[in-house]
Amino acid sequence: MNKLRASVLMRHEVGLHARPSVKLTKLAKAFQSRIDLGLSPDGPWIDAKSIVKVMATKAPKDSTIYFRAEGGDAKAALDALVTLVDEDFPDGP
Amino acid sequence: MSENVGIVIVSHSADVARGTAQMVEQMVGREVPLGWCGGDPGGGLGTSVEAIMAAIERAWSEKGVAILVDLGGAETNSEMAIEMLPESRRDRIVVCNAPVVEGAVMAATEAASGATLEAVRRTAEELTPV
Repeated sequence: MNKLRASVLMRHEVGLHARPSVKLTKLAKAFQSRIDLGLSPDGPWIDAKSIVKVMATKAPKDSTIYFRAEGGDAKAALDALVTLVDEDFPDGP
Repeated sequence: MSENVGIVIVSHSADVARGTAQMVEQMVGREVPLGWCGGDPGGGLGTSVEAIMAAIERAWSEKGVAILVDLGGAETNSEMAIEMLPESRRDRIVVCNAPVVEGAVMAATEAASGATLEAVRRTAEELTPV
């Protein structure tokens, strides 16, 4: 199966810190697909479902976040993750 | 009954325990059963087996409970509390070897996805340098 890819500019004021990391990880975990996150189009890649690894990226404001996903719901997962970052990590339900 | 593993926070300080619980609720959400305790009945620092047992009861989930502790007595009293619980529950409670605040947030994030107790513990313990 091919890996789908997406990227999005992160404008969140403090970057990928605690709260945004938790939101991103929780969302990634809602999908079955394997989802990787990187800060460049060539990686290195980390598991977007690992809160410890996502928080450790410490990606600053104005970073571009790259995702790649593989699995049955990969497209939906990438759409949801890009929207989350693009909308500046709004509070969920 | 929650489908998620519960999280218990045990600190010597009621303020630390309460504050950590707030961080979990505000950062992760309320879908993870949560219990916390800290301090002695006189308002000083300390931990008590009874209070830990009550916190485990509040956070109880059939999927199990992960306990995050701060120092010394918090760990030994948590282990005593586990020993005093019915045998049927004992093997579904773990004390995580992780920093209390960071570990609680990480563990709760993992738990919120419906992860197993072992996965929750592993995530909290990923923080601990080997």
